[in-house]
Amino acid sequence: MNVTVLALLGAAGQIDLAKLDQRLTAAQSSADNAWMLVSAALVLMMTGPGLALFYGGLVRQKNTLAIMMQSFALMALITVMWGLVGYSLCFGEGTPIIGGFGHVLLRGVGVDPNADYAGTIPQLTFMVYQLMFAIITPALITGATAERMTFSGTVVFMALWSLFVYAPLAHMVWGKGGLLNATLGGRFPTLDFAGGTVVHISSGVSALVCSLYLGKRTGYPKEPMPPHSLVLSFIGACLLWVGWFGFNAGSALASNGLATSAFVATHFAAAAATIGWLAAEWVTRGRPSALGAISGAVAGLVAITPASGFVTPLPAMLIGLAAGVGCFLMVTFIKGRFGYDDALDAFGVHGAGGTIGALLTGVFATRVVNPVFHDPQGRPLPVGWLDGNLSQIGYQIVGIAMAWILALVGSIVLLKITDLVVGLRATEEQEIEGLDLTEHGEEAYNLEM
Amino acid sequence: MKLIKAIVRPNKVDDVKEALGRVSLSGMTVTEVRGHGKQKGHTAIYRGKEYDVSLLPKMEIEVVVPDELVDDAVAAIIQAARTGEIGDGRVFVIPVEQSYRIRTGERSDL
Repeated sequence: MNVTVLALLGAAGQIDLAKLDQRLTAAQSSADNAWMLVSAALVLMMTGPGLALFYGGLVRQKNTLAIMMQSFALMALITVMWGLVGYSLCFGEGTPIIGGFGHVLLRGVGVDPNADYAGTIPQLTFMVYQLMFAIITPALITGATAERMTFSGTVVFMALWSLFVYAPLAHMVWGKGGLLNATLGGRFPTLDFAGGTVVHISSGVSALVCSLYLGKRTGYPKEPMPPHSLVLSFIGACLLWVGWFGFNAGSALASNGLATSAFVATHFAAAAATIGWLAAEWVTRGRPSALGAISGAVAGLVAITPASGFVTPLPAMLIGLAAGVGCFLMVTFIKGRFGYDDALDAFGVHGAGGTIGALLTGVFATRVVNPVFHDPQGRPLPVGWLDGNLSQIGYQIVGIAMAWILALVGSIVLLKITDLVVGLRATEEQEIEGLDLTEHGEEAYNLEM
Repeated sequence: MKLIKAIVRPNKVDDVKEALGRVSLSGMTVTEVRGHGKQKGHTAIYRGKEYDVSLLPKMEIEVVVPDELVDDAVAAIIQAARTGEIGDGRVFVIPVEQSYRIRTGERSDL
């Protein structure tokens, strides 16, 4: 409604302007909250069933329940830890490296908004939305440890990892005053809209460390280990694609134009990456595969994650294309050359895709989409390289390097500790018989009669 | 009395069944099997990793027939299951000593 008309009406005493303003704020708050609750649910759907099905189909039949169970167990474990201390360590006021204990046991987290992060939605909504990110991140790592890490080892390692790798990184990038925070006073403003560094580089690089530390699966690479059901993986990948709208568009933390922009960028990147992977596969291997199509889509979704709230659709497609081709080369040629056993390519897709995305965010980010930087007069400043801010590339590299280092060092130390306390690797007999039976006493399929 | 064991392409089972019906044989047992003879498998590629799929799905049809019908039955199976390409399968004929009907317990040599 026209402001002058409102003012005139107000002056005439027909409308109480203050009350109207209150109602407008309440309406916006309701709309934002509705979208954020849906987004939180979408992001949870990415772990279960999305990732559980995606990974579940890629393992051999005898390890199906074990890998799905790891995702599900993390849904429970990380949730409880988040309420106890995790949220506070990520988003509580603290040092540039890690949050403090101000929100331990969710103290002070209620229906009132936290203006630093999301001024129109209850802090409880923000808290539960961020929780879903904390759940999926360690779950991604299970792709590298699949078919050979024990359940107890996984649980202990992931719990420690969530506290000592995820929490500091999330705080540095997204927490108020974090070292890498781009909008809330960080020393090295790194652009990461929805988790390219925090979620994908951290999990992908840790996945590489895990696969090196654990060693190869018994029989790898001589014995064939083909995916037992690409149908499950297919359904999982489709759920991931849909869930990613909550992940990226939800990261606008409001139901606004920025959310739409991130939604569109996400979708276009996934499509371009699918085509990129398939084209590369078709040219080098002679046939486009279903597994290639879904892997390409996931690679594109990973790469657009940090950029989603900063780029227009065309650059989004370029980022997707780069990730589709890049990750294909990574899992097909580079992995084979180095010989590590990243069973389900958690590093090849999330580590490589996340790094490509975080770097290209610095290239393509534009103030047209998201004016994150301002001069003292409040005028928007250039954001990415092509927008006129070459130094952003440097900051992106700092952010990427921090994420790599923290994931590398943190994972090595935590793997060592876990190995000493409960052990990590299943025995050879367990591996041969399958983790479903030996770790959980169940089989995924009892189809004979 | 003979057991005829025919390993055929999965899509030929119905044709074989029909052909055996025409020589008035109705009872049979069909099993899904995997195997290979001269037919080479093919290659599957998952994220760049190649696997030879050397054991191919086939169907095994078992029929027990009286001696005088063996030649007709074998000819019917071969005619119905043949495509002329490698991988059409095999037919084996094996002697059977005795046969009983479970419902009545009586010996019933076809």
